[in-house]
Amino acid sequence: MKKTLSMLLAGAMLATALAGCGNSGGETTPPADGGEAGGTSAAAFKLGGTGPLTGENAIYGQAAKHGAEIAVEEINAAGGDIQFELRYEDDESDAEKAVNAYNTLKDWGMQLSLGSVTSKPCEATSAETYSDRIFALTPSASSTATTEGKDNMFQMCFIDPAQGVMAADKIADKKLGTKIAIIYRNDDVYSSGIHDTFVTEAQSKGLEIVSDTTFTASSATDFNVQLADAKDKGADLVFLPIYYQPASLILSQAKEMNYTPKFFGVDGMDGILTLENFDTSLAEGVMLLTPFNASATDDKAAGFVSKYQEKFGETPNQFAADGYDCVYAYKQALEAAGATPDMSASDLCDKMIEQFTSITFDGLTGTGATWGTDGAVTKDPAVVEIKDGVYVTM
Amino acid sequence: MNKLKSYAASKRGRDSLLSYGIVIIAYIAMQAVIAGGGLSSSLKGQLVPICAYIVMAVSLNLTVGILGELSLGHAGFMSVGAFTGIVVTTALADAIPSAPVRLAVAIAAGGVIAAIAGVIVGVPVLRLKGDYLAIVTLAFGEIIKNVVNVLYIGRDASGLHFSLLSQRFELAEGGKMIINGPMGVSGVQKISTFTSGVVLILVTLFVMLNLINSRTGRAIMSVRDNKIAADSIGISTTRYKLLAFVVSAAFAGMAGTLYGMNFSTVTAAKFDFNTSILVLVFVVLGGLGNIWGSIIAAALLTVLPELLRAVSDYRMLIYAILLIALMLFNNSGLKRRIIEKRGLRQMEKLEKADMAGKGGA
Repeated sequence: MKKTLSMLLAGAMLATALAGCGNSGGETTPPADGGEAGGTSAAAFKLGGTGPLTGENAIYGQAAKHGAEIAVEEINAAGGDIQFELRYEDDESDAEKAVNAYNTLKDWGMQLSLGSVTSKPCEATSAETYSDRIFALTPSASSTATTEGKDNMFQMCFIDPAQGVMAADKIADKKLGTKIAIIYRNDDVYSSGIHDTFVTEAQSKGLEIVSDTTFTASSATDFNVQLADAKDKGADLVFLPIYYQPASLILSQAKEMNYTPKFFGVDGMDGILTLENFDTSLAEGVMLLTPFNASATDDKAAGFVSKYQEKFGETPNQFAADGYDCVYAYKQALEAAGATPDMSASDLCDKMIEQFTSITFDGLTGTGATWGTDGAVTKDPAVVEIKDGVYVTM
Repeated sequence: MNKLKSYAASKRGRDSLLSYGIVIIAYIAMQAVIAGGGLSSSLKGQLVPICAYIVMAVSLNLTVGILGELSLGHAGFMSVGAFTGIVVTTALADAIPSAPVRLAVAIAAGGVIAAIAGVIVGVPVLRLKGDYLAIVTLAFGEIIKNVVNVLYIGRDASGLHFSLLSQRFELAEGGKMIINGPMGVSGVQKISTFTSGVVLILVTLFVMLNLINSRTGRAIMSVRDNKIAADSIGISTTRYKLLAFVVSAAFAGMAGTLYGMNFSTVTAAKFDFNTSILVLVFVVLGGLGNIWGSIIAAALLTVLPELLRAVSDYRMLIYAILLIALMLFNNSGLKRRIIEKRGLRQMEKLEKADMAGKGGA
């Protein structure tokens, strides 16, 4: 009897959940397709992307999606020949799910792809876009394998090795330090990719690496050993090619042991100032390489930041800016190619390859961006220093 | 004919025929839909992962359902198989130009290496009584993940190069990294096909069902049901436990190879604790010891999250509720009554077949 009752209750729960979804589904399905931007009436280019909208990496996927949504909304509101219909599918930052999400988008009739937000899933989907001849421009998948051997895969962000080289160059050119310590995460594609090229470039630039220590995802809480090693060997600059969560711990633990070198981060450090319960005074004087500065004062960036804050209630990070730039880069390329929404995905693919290797794009994440035939972007990154809790371009 | 009829009417025969039948009918139906062009690319992309998960579920059912030991690291064996398969197919790319043959060799190699891993894990643990296997397999899954993370394998004209912790070899011109430490595997040539997946399922079913319905299988089940009684009649419990566990590990390795060769990139992190639990859920929902139940549960629960994409954010919620509902149904009086009724009907059928057999003779 009890069992029957619990079965009935479970059934009722399911029914209400389904009913609830039915209702809200009816309301939200078109907006999920980007229809909220009002572009469904005219013919529009179908733009699709996958990213982690749930799970531990959701912060990156949501940001890229929101950034792209704002761009699509602006473009569709302004009218014009190029209109977009945007749809993002969840891939949970997993290669298998990303391929499923990509196939769902293909069934929907996607003509242009935004690839995937994170590196490994994007490697999986880029193999699919390559064999299906759908052009892809990823906002933030930065590993080399993403674009390797694929003529129709382009990146909006810097490739990992490029960041290592640029960081070493900046440190050497601006004479920020001579004895360098590195703390990096050796079970992470992003971190070890930057580390390896940084070491090679630093040596050729005459920088001395005195301490090179590692951590993994499961040991990312205590950095006393790594910091003590750097301190003992007299490092005056600590290079942190890692994301901002472990970096925030490194900063506070360094302060506790009265170790005050210069800290230099890469784009993963972006977001440290908005981290909850983080004492921003610790980040004072930290330098980082970032394509996007949310406290910039130029009209374009300020307009984007205020719109983003109004709509989503948070300060956009570089993933949001990358997503935004991707949509505008598509717009520019489609206009230059004179493409129309009735073209097939493979025709668009050929046109886009031609355009992206020749256009120069000015976006939020850098001006004068150009792409090589290998799909990697060339733009000038800004080095910013954190002063009084805001980024100041150096 | 009568022989077949009475075979089909027996529980054992019915279960076997049902298992083969489901797979073969599903394969023919899918091929027909693909030929007609009616299959969405979403479902088409999932065919090979479904095949891999079915083999995983059936093989885990041997350990959990038939042997009665809990294994929480089944994905670890899948990982071993996947990475072995990738190394083998890349190394043999020139030696064996035919993709299906290369895949078959890779699957066999994946199975052998996973079986060796199974022996290493099983020998010390399966002598013990209690839940030690669960603990050790859990650790095994984590160890494999970390080992692959620091493993570097490259290939050039002079052969394969290995190193641990950091890349200590230089590849000659035209060389290629196969496993690149934390960066995992990229640019794998995809050679798994739906047909190869179905063939692997059929081979798995053939081996499993014959094993279960043999003298060895009955010995394994006797160890599960009463170890002391099994010991007393001279069954070497450790030997049969190890045998079942290693066979199970070998097929998990084969499933891993099939899975790995279906994506252009694979990371060790994919085969973590969550994947092990996912497969365990397939087995529990399909019914412990019920092979065709595992097949259906694995296929349904792999497709379900994708079907629920239409309701976007609610899909996790619905998936969880469906799981709870299924578990409750599995333990409910309703199911018991259905099964009892079916059992009664079968007995009648069996009797009839018996009578007919006698009448005919």
